[in-house]
Formats: sequence, structure tokens, C-alpha cells
Amino acid sequence: MKADPKLYDYWPYLNRPKIVWPGGKKLAFWVAPNIEFYELDPPPNPKRTPWPRPTPDIVPYSYRDHGNRVGHWRLMELMDKYDVRGSVSLSTAVCQHHPEIVEACNARGWEFFSHGIYNTRYTYGMSRAQEDEMIKDSIATVKKATGQRVRGYLAPALTHSEHTIELLAENNIWYSCDLFQDDQPQPLHTKKKSKLISMPYSLEVNDHYAFNVYGQSAGQYADLLKRHFDQLLREGETSGTVMCIPLHAYLIGRAHRIGPFAEVLDYITSHKDEVWITTAAEIAEFYRKECYADAKKHTRQVNGEGG
Amino acid sequence: MTLPKSYLKYPKRKKGMDHSLYPYSNMFERPPITWPGRRNVALWVTVALEYFPLISNTKAPFKAQGNMVTPYPDYRTYTAREYGNRVGIFRILKVFDKLGIKASFPTNTALANRYPFLINEIAKRGHEFIGHGTDMNALHYGGMDIDSERKQIKNALNGLRKATGQDVTGWLSPARSESENTLALLAEQGTEYVCDWVNDDMPYRIGSDKKLIAMPHTLELEDRQLLVNLGQDETTWKNQILTAFDCLHRESKTHGGRILHISLTPYVIGQAWRIKTLYDTLEILMETGWVWNAAGAEIAHEWRTQQ
Repeated sequence: MKADPKLYDYWPYLNRPKIVWPGGKKLAFWVAPNIEFYELDPPPNPKRTPWPRPTPDIVPYSYRDHGNRVGHWRLMELMDKYDVRGSVSLSTAVCQHHPEIVEACNARGWEFFSHGIYNTRYTYGMSRAQEDEMIKDSIATVKKATGQRVRGYLAPALTHSEHTIELLAENNIWYSCDLFQDDQPQPLHTKKKSKLISMPYSLEVNDHYAFNVYGQSAGQYADLLKRHFDQLLREGETSGTVMCIPLHAYLIGRAHRIGPFAEVLDYITSHKDEVWITTAAEIAEFYRKECYADAKKHTRQVNGEGG
Repeated sequence: MTLPKSYLKYPKRKKGMDHSLYPYSNMFERPPITWPGRRNVALWVTVALEYFPLISNTKAPFKAQGNMVTPYPDYRTYTAREYGNRVGIFRILKVFDKLGIKASFPTNTALANRYPFLINEIAKRGHEFIGHGTDMNALHYGGMDIDSERKQIKNALNGLRKATGQDVTGWLSPARSESENTLALLAEQGTEYVCDWVNDDMPYRIGSDKKLIAMPHTLELEDRQLLVNLGQDETTWKNQILTAFDCLHRESKTHGGRILHISLTPYVIGQAWRIKTLYDTLEILMETGWVWNAAGAEIAHEWRTQQ
């Protein structure tokens, strides 16, 4: 066990190399709908109990299932209206359970990244080989269902092991959404030579945090997202920032919330001249090509390891 | 069931406190204080620089708020706290720079040793450092061994003095928790004011040492307490600070100088969507012309000279 995982360098948010997104844009904006499958009767895990009550714990199960039956379709229609493509954080077993959802997203040019197989199969207790098998399975599943090569990862239920980041490098993943230390991408340390980066996933503005942790109303959440956008756009003038809105259709896709959320997309997409509305893989591809080397150099300078 | 007879004996049932750490004192009957420039309210801003190791302290009877939550490795919490010390803190420093605010920084010594760049940025602006233990695992609690606690305090204070070049006369215990020996040990190690107690709006003498005072380091307006624990929105937080100022300002006319303390947490108030509220709040306070903004040691010194 390590007290410090040493996954990245300390990098103060001050005088960093200037990032200019394609088209001279200041802020890269992406939306991450989590399309998840939670099992009604998952196998036990030594470290985490999936449901609070004995199986079948129908209320939390059906609460989440609502997203795939109702919420997703509302959210997708809204994103169509504002011409925003999703970067889907996918429980890849959705390819088997609900292929109609995956097909609909794929037809719209949405990106899929891996969020494990099920959100009820935790990484805790897996051997390195088992975790690798799970990651490879998720990549192959998406390839088969959509033709897309998965380039990003968010561990199922945000459960990690000490091997997770290294396994992403080994599996030629470009970006990890698992780390929340920054509003800009950052190179990660891996033993295998790679250009794996950490992608800002803005966990704190996740709809789950707003509604189920902080107890906010849909209107308060919409206001928060607009203020978050305003600040990151201002800062993006100095060096390009990334704003992600991580969503769950079972939360944001409710009848009382989708309306206030529409105002957010309306607001953000009205700033198209300054904002790059894109997907996570496109941000990662650009960053690895145009910004990666400068970032490495600057962090070395800051941490006193020469230029 | 019957309780022992001693349960209905009340040996400390007499006038005053049930301990000898300080006598009872009605704040409204104390001699008035006059702050420099005859300003009514001393504005004391503190920013906690905390380091939460990826491995929690399982020996202590409780965890400090902000510590790891999920099974190991909790990358989610670890990196979300790091966000404060690399992104949020620089947003806060920018606000202070713009408004000319001088603040006090309770700082874990491990953090000072990890991030000399950050310490230098704070020190060169003339802010004050306050002892805050080694890291957020280094807790003090009733019943702990006095020799190990003495060592814990000594190492933390000496380490911070060395890392910052400052005298470091203030102390905030991690999680504000003390043992029955903490006050005596702090005085022994050269501490002149302590920030753990939340029972007054003005300083008062505490413990058996003649010099040691308790400063009114309030939890009531803390960003983490209101925005995270109580789930209030930023406008509500701001309005309560301004309401507190109104009350203290009014009292100062008849009772002498008051202190308005605001406690900040980089991973909370340093979030993009929150930072403007901090700026707006401090700007209003500074522009009243009624505040004396100073570091904790200056306020403590001023109070002490008028006793």
C-alpha cells in the first residue's frame, strides 16, 4: 500500500504553457452521459456491498433502470437539439442488454469509452490479470458493437486498484477520467512508455453530486453549471481549460430536471465562437499531439528537475 | 436495569466551568478593544492547506473530514483533495492579490515539504503560516500517549518553521481535535494562539500557560461546513457572512472591536464555480472601510497588548 500513488507531478495552476484549442477556442466542452447497467443480483465483492437491502433491492435498482428506459431518450433528444455529441461512459454490458441505446448513440457519432462491464462489478479484489481481462473485454465489446476503438476509461463505480493506470497504458488507452486533480489534462506516469493523460471529468459538477450529495434543485444545478462555465471560459483565455458535464440519465433525465438542464446547453452552445464543443477522445488526440511535450517540460521546471 | 449510585452524584455542580482550562466570561462585559486605525471589525481569513495520504490512519478513533472514503486505493478522494492544493489555491491567491488581503494558512508540515513551490508563493506575499500537524492522519485525541503527542507537535511545528522561515506562533489541530494534554504541549513548543475552540467571538486566555490564547476561529461560516456538509449554495454562504459582519459592526459601536473570521478550504471554495463568490464577498467587506484585515498573529498580538 502506498501513501502517495505518484500518478502525476505536482503542477501549480500558475503560468502554465498556453493551450489554444482548435480554431483558437478557449474552452473544450464535452458531455459524458454515463450509460450504466447495475445487476439486480450481482456476485458478492469482498470490499463493497452493491445494494443496501437483501436481493432483490428493487428501489435503487429500478431508480437506475429508469435512465435506460426513459431518461436516456429525453437527454439524447435534448443533445440532438443543441448538436452536442456525447462521450459515453459505458457499462459495456449495455451492448448486450440494450443494443438499441448503443446503436442510437453510435448513429449520432457519439464516442464510447469504457466504464467496465457492469457498474456492480468492482475492481476491489481483482488480480492484475483479472482487471486486465475486464478492460480487454470492454474494449472488444465496444469494438464489436460499434466499430469504435475505446480510447478512454473510467473505472466501474470509480473502483480502482494499484494497477489500473498502468493497465490503461498497456491497453493503449489515451485518457483516464479516474483522477480529479485538475481542470486541464495532464500527462500521467506509467512504467510502459505511453502518452496516457488524465482528462478532467469534473466530478464535483457531476449530477450525482449536485442532486444526491449536496441536495440541490435542478435550478440550482443549472445555475452552478453556468457559473462553472463562465469561470473556466475566463481562465481559458490564459490557457485553454476543459469543462466536462458528467451525467446520469436516471438523474438529469427526470421530468423536473431536463428543462432546467436545457437552459445550460442553450447557454453554453451560444458561446460557440469561444468554445470547442467536442468529445473526450478528440481532446485527448489534440492534447497528446500539441500540448503533451510542453506540459512535461513545464512540470519538470516547476519541480526543480531541470528544463 | 439500574445505574450505579455515582450516576446521580454531581461533584462539579457549582458556579463556573466544569474544568480549569478557562473561567466563564460574558463577552459583553469585557473591556472594549480598539483595533488599529480605529477600524470596527478585524477581518481574519484562514485557508487550510491539508494533505490527506492515500492510506488513512486506522489507529485513531476517528478520521478528519476530507479523508479517504472508499476501500484502498481511493483515487477519487485523494485526487479531489489534490485539486485544492494545485488549482483551487491559486484561484484563492489571485483573489487575495486583487483585493490586497492578508491571510493565515494552517498548513500540514507534510504538505509544506511536498510543495515548496506553493509555500514560496504564499510566503512571498506576506501571508502567515499556522501549525496544523504533520498531515490529516496525525490526529490528537483523548487518552493518547503524552510522549508521542509531544513528538508529533514538536516535529510538525519545527518542520513548518524550517520549511517556511516563519516563527509559526499559531496552531490548528487536524480535525480541531485535542487530547487533555494538547494545550500544555502547544505552549511548551512556543505556540501563542490556538484555533481549535469554537466557544467565543473574541480571543480569551486558555490553559495554564500565561501567554496562550484561544482565537475565534469559527466553524459557523466555514466553506466546507456550509457548502459541503450543509449543502447550501454560494449566495446563501455569502449572505450569512455579510449578515455576521452587520451584527459585529453594530456591536463594535458599543462594545469595542470585533473579529470576523472566515475559514476557507481550497478544494471547496477554489472550485471554478465558487471562486467569484469569494471575490464578491471579500470585496464588499474591504470596501466598507470598517475592516482591519490582518493575520492571526497580528490580531492576537493587538488583543494581548490591550489586556
